[in-house]
Amino acid sequence: MDDIVQGINQAINLIVTLNPDVMHIAVLSLSISLSATILAAVIAIPLGGFIHFHEFYGKRALLVLIQTLYSVPTVVVGLVIYLMISKAGPLGFLGLLFTPAGMILGQTVLIIPIMLGLVISALSGVDRGISDTLVALGATGFQKIVEIVKEARYAILGAVVLGFGRAIAEVGVAMMIGGNIRDQTRVLTTAITLETGMGNFGFSIALGIILLVVALIVVVILNIITSGMSRDFLWNRGGSQG
Amino acid sequence: MIRIEGLTKEYNGVKTLKEIDLEIRAGEIFTFIGPSGSGKTTILRLIDLLDRPSSGKIFFDGKDTTVSEALQLPIRRRMGMVFQKPAVLNTTVAENVAFGLKFRGMSRQEIAKEVPAALDLVGLLHFADRRAPTLSGGEMQRVAIARAVVTEPEVLILDEPTANLDPVSSDLIEDLIVCINKKSGTTIVMSTHDMIQGQRLADRIGVIMDGRLVQAASPGEIFYQPAGREIARFVGIDAITGGLVTENREGHALIRVGDNTFEALTDVKEGQRTVLYIRPEEVSLTLADTSRGKSSVRNQFTGKITKIIPSGPFVRVVVDCGFVLAALITRRSCTELGLTVGTTVVTGVKATAIHVLPDKDKKANG
Repeated sequence: MDDIVQGINQAINLIVTLNPDVMHIAVLSLSISLSATILAAVIAIPLGGFIHFHEFYGKRALLVLIQTLYSVPTVVVGLVIYLMISKAGPLGFLGLLFTPAGMILGQTVLIIPIMLGLVISALSGVDRGISDTLVALGATGFQKIVEIVKEARYAILGAVVLGFGRAIAEVGVAMMIGGNIRDQTRVLTTAITLETGMGNFGFSIALGIILLVVALIVVVILNIITSGMSRDFLWNRGGSQG
Repeated sequence: MIRIEGLTKEYNGVKTLKEIDLEIRAGEIFTFIGPSGSGKTTILRLIDLLDRPSSGKIFFDGKDTTVSEALQLPIRRRMGMVFQKPAVLNTTVAENVAFGLKFRGMSRQEIAKEVPAALDLVGLLHFADRRAPTLSGGEMQRVAIARAVVTEPEVLILDEPTANLDPVSSDLIEDLIVCINKKSGTTIVMSTHDMIQGQRLADRIGVIMDGRLVQAASPGEIFYQPAGREIARFVGIDAITGGLVTENREGHALIRVGDNTFEALTDVKEGQRTVLYIRPEEVSLTLADTSRGKSSVRNQFTGKITKIIPSGPFVRVVVDCGFVLAALITRRSCTELGLTVGTTVVTGVKATAIHVLPDKDKKANG
């Protein structure tokens, strides 16, 4: 019990005084996971659109495969990427192992399936009548796709936010690809693992709180950007309402 | 304006449209009527080039439309379509109306000028900044019409535009359709399962049944001279079958049905089997005990009332005169005459109110 009370006290102290170690870890975590989220979104949104708007042989099987990959363990992704970018691996020459860039690559691969799957289901959720209406109004194929993506924007935002959540919360890739090197690849989750093991509960709790606060801030900002709504709208009616 | 030749559409091996030939003229209101599921939506979607026919061709303004998607676009842009269930995009009413113009590359300034005019036409100018999904069904349908009309289409296609709407909204939309047709000379192609609406709005009507265009003619012809028994039943006309023409003098025929003889105007020759079509509103009823004076009504038959079915301000009185004849009379006259099931009445039908067709099911002289 003492540990917890002491830990919380220490955590508040670390956050209020903007402890440089804690801040460095938080900023690194955020930049790696945000980069991975942006990269994954840039790939998953157009790819999801392509899969949704085209009929091809094996489409159903592909969708099942994507959904299966939602639940791929982070350590499995870590292992695969490790094998690819380690010295002996096919991408070894890039020297990505134990670097933030390597971690971004790993997290991107990790969250693409869930983002892709949710983007596809977001697009499928748009009323079929909307597609007919756009065509009847004289839209070209491209104009139709743009408008349908816009129509699904809230659900697509949901996919992006969920991807970010999975990226910032995961340990496996960060540990295996980053190696938890102090001041270089140590992020919130790997630091919590390490500090808890060493009995520094205050440090761990402080990092845990920061992890949640960072997630909250990012989600709120993404909501505001995408909906283009005032803060008032967000609070009163919810970001995903029409 | 639109010429349709041998148009057939199959979905999963089932033919939903069969060999349709039709010409829709520029500037007219052409209405497809038919029961639900008869193929009305299918043909409208084919005309708007949303689907491709399985076989047959559609010519728009003389141009063959069975071309590549890229070549279809400019043709489709000369038309506008309003669907039965209007879909609005999750944005403002004004932006919804602007889509067609935006797709055509019109500048912001021009769009800002055109959109209010279109919204004004449908009476929704004050809703310009409302979010479209918050509108009622009738309002959404008006937005859909404004959205189609703002692009100034040469042909406006409407699929059951008033289905699922309350009577007030329906009237508004009907007025709007006529107004668009009169004001801009827009050719209107629409569908409805409401025969009265078809009759009210259309210059010509095409009756679609089970994927076939069974008759295309003016409302007067469809409702008084249906081309077959199914059409007659659909448009609310009673058919008396088993008639035999016993005499025909210069188009004035005597037709025997059981023990009764009708007088009617027809070209059907002596000895031929016929079906007689009579609109229930053309049948008059008088009480049997009133003395039968001389009357211009040529056909008078006595019978007993078997059914009285209320329908709005009218009642449909079914009389068995050896054949079944229905009369549509007002509730008031029904009460005043004291009609009940079992009352004996005299039915009267003018010779000119009977539409006679040869009975296709039975061979001549059969």
